Amino acid sequence: MAEKKEALFSKKNRKLLSDPLDSANPISVQVLGICSALAITVQIEQAFVMSLSVLAVMIFGNIIVSILRNLIPSRIRIIVQLVVVAALVILVDEVLKAFLPDVSEKLSVFVGLIISNCIIMGRLEAFALGNKIWPSFLDAIGNAMGYAWILIVVAFFRELLGSGKIWGMQIIPDSFYEMGYMNNNIMILPPMALITVALIIWIQRNRNKELIEEN
Amino acid sequence: MEDLVNIFVKSVFIDNMIFAYFLGMCSYLAVSKTVKTAVGLGAAVIFVLSITVPINYLLENYVLKSGALVENVDLSFLSFIMFIAVIASMVQLVEMIVEKVSPALYGALGIFLPLIAVNCSILGGALFMQERQYSTITEATVFALGSGVGWFLAIVAIAAIREKIRYSNVPAPLRGLGITFIITGLMGIAFMSFMGIQL
Repeated sequence: MAEKKEALFSKKNRKLLSDPLDSANPISVQVLGICSALAITVQIEQAFVMSLSVLAVMIFGNIIVSILRNLIPSRIRIIVQLVVVAALVILVDEVLKAFLPDVSEKLSVFVGLIISNCIIMGRLEAFALGNKIWPSFLDAIGNAMGYAWILIVVAFFRELLGSGKIWGMQIIPDSFYEMGYMNNNIMILPPMALITVALIIWIQRNRNKELIEEN
Repeated sequence: MEDLVNIFVKSVFIDNMIFAYFLGMCSYLAVSKTVKTAVGLGAAVIFVLSITVPINYLLENYVLKSGALVENVDLSFLSFIMFIAVIASMVQLVEMIVEKVSPALYGALGIFLPLIAVNCSILGGALFMQERQYSTITEATVFALGSGVGWFLAIVAIAAIREKIRYSNVPAPLRGLGITFIITGLMGIAFMSFMGIQL
């Protein structure tokens, strides 16, 4: 067994962490978890809290399913996964309600929707069911981070251009407004999230030509 | 009656699941390459939404709400797990019934039904129903039907556009996913002109 043992951060394990950030990004390449990603990117604070919640649910979900992977009958695996995720989401929701009531109010149903977030189900199904605990843990972190950075970048631009603020603090000075600068209100509206993500995709695929799809 | 029409129109156009809340985007993007499959998935969503939302409404009002089952016991923290259990089991049940009763319908919807258990718009429908506190089960059902129809409209429209766009010269990095996002965004802006409609 000794020679089979991998180093904790072997090349393969590092790839698990780094791939989802760019070439296998859950949002811009695998097209998973868009639902919640777009609706809560009006402000960075919400996006940040949402990313943390997804990170927590994903790490524990991946670990639990990975522990149980040999015990779950394959016919009912979807329901088992849903129950594991739902239980974790309830915990996250209660914690948010207790410690961050304002943000929890703004996120409204989207915390609950983490349950049916395709990233989580997708990673449980595709990775945790067939891998050991440590790789599953890394895979969870990698994918949650890939999700988080897109969310935060989108939220950054929407909050900056839409309300002139970053993390609730005014960035664009008052003198600009006096000179006639106006907030671009359309950035706050839901459709602009889609277009911002499309721009990220455009830049990313321009850099990495392998990701370009057939029409 | 007027109320019901209002709820219906509102949930189809103004609070459209896709354009206003981005619910069910994953399957919306994945299954919108051709109109035929889009119609199948859209119909399945209408079907499942209008079955699960009323059931979840009953569950919410007679079991989970504070004091509904036992005095002074608030079970609403269990709502996520109950809703998702209802949805997953209903989808399974519906699949079996449809297979038995109407093989033709099963042929059309069959492959889409399992996908729907994890479609955010179904759970989203249940959670919005809970948040907006509809006063009767009829209202909740009409809301579910309207949301389903709105989702159906959106996916069929995008599929039709994607079928045409295959012949246009889209910048290479935007092909596929990117252009679909932009079109959805533009459609969302168009849909916002419905805002404020009341019947």
